[in-house]
Amino acid sequence: MSASHDSDTLLLEDIIRPENLVFEKTACLTDNTLSYCPGCGHGTAHRILMEVVEEMGIQGQTIGIAPVGCSVLAYDFMNVDMQQAAHGRAPAVATGIKRVMPEKYVFTYQGDGDLAAIGTAETIHACNRGENITIIFINNGIYGMTGGQMAPTTLAGMRTSTSPFGRDTEMMGHPLRITEMVATLPGVCFATRQAVHTPAAVRKAKKAIQTAFELQRQRKGLSLVEIVSNCNSGWKMMPRKANDWMEENMFPFYPLGDIKK
Amino acid sequence: MAKARGAIVVDVEGCKGCDLCVGACPTHVIELSRKVNSKGYHFAYMEHPDACIGCAHCAMVCPDSVITVYRWKPAPKPREATTA
Ligand SMILES: Cc1ncc(C[n+]2csc(CCOP(=O)(O)OP(=O)(O)O)c2C)c(N)n1
Ligand code: SF4
Ligand code: SF4
Ligand code: SF4
Repeated sequence: MSASHDSDTLLLEDIIRPENLVFEKTACLTDNTLSYCPGCGHGTAHRILMEVVEEMGIQGQTIGIAPVGCSVLAYDFMNVDMQQAAHGRAPAVATGIKRVMPEKYVFTYQGDGDLAAIGTAETIHACNRGENITIIFINNGIYGMTGGQMAPTTLAGMRTSTSPFGRDTEMMGHPLRITEMVATLPGVCFATRQAVHTPAAVRKAKKAIQTAFELQRQRKGLSLVEIVSNCNSGWKMMPRKANDWMEENMFPFYPLGDIKK
Repeated sequence: MAKARGAIVVDVEGCKGCDLCVGACPTHVIELSRKVNSKGYHFAYMEHPDACIGCAHCAMVCPDSVITVYRWKPAPKPREATTA
């Protein structure tokens, strides 16, 4: 009888019971094993995005657009309708889908190489048109999938496989703060920068995604949630070290918080 | 005094041994096993199960969503009930 238990004599089997469940993987993620490296923030970003879809009860009304990059297979992991787009073109594909089916919740999920390099035009024009979509932007400052090349978002001085002596801003330009840039456009109703490396950051990022979907429901315009994330393989660091490095080096240039709300 | 007790269940085959849950646990419950799963990853397990408070911090940061969390709460005494 549970009433007779006190906390010091409890056995594991008394705790591991359905009525004591406080957290389990959302059913809006598939059972497929994620293709990401150990500790990669893509996985956590997928999870909170799908938790929001589950909590809002919109699994059947949500359509996602997968990018080119490590998350090219996002449609294997997110248990919602999805379409994969050519490199950088996710906001254009999302525009078409949303205009044909305005009652659906439409999001893109894009890395920084996809969104801020080859797809810069699609990103900025979708933002400027105020398309009623949500962009989830995973900024790890590097091209993860192709072997850690420099991205437009790579920090000044940061070493990558194509900037082995560190990004030289005189020759290679400065890192691009996309979220601040698009926040200046009237078509953008919500622009925020978040992270998923600590429990507190995860909760805030999830809240931001909720807000973005809610604004989409209200047809307020384009909402963009940037998630500053790690790329352990590209940065050549163990996951915990990568997260520490991210706090020390990425956050000063990419400060977390709402940029436009 | 009765305190909340927790436990986690790790899907051993899905764990990639990234160590993030180990760093996130406030009560140092989790360690990576010396054994490996079929993919060769040193999977996470409760080394100090008695210290688990069921806060789910580990699950919040697990990129592969392989941690399930349980929390047992003592039944509130009548006068504590309103502050729970
Ligand atoms: C048209 C085209 N150009 C280039 C590539 C090669 N390519 C694949 S992924 C990628 C960059 C991915 O980086 P990012 O978007 O930052 O995502 P990550 O892998 O870091 O998550 C590039 C350049 C391609 N697949 N298609
Ligand atoms: S290469 Fe980088 S971004 Fe891609 S899965 Fe690995 S850690 Fe994640
Ligand atoms: S639930 Fe909390 S206390 Fe228990 S292992 Fe996870 S982080 Fe540690
Ligand atoms: S965070 Fe998840 S994948 Fe990483 S070691 Fe812990 S249980 Fe395994």
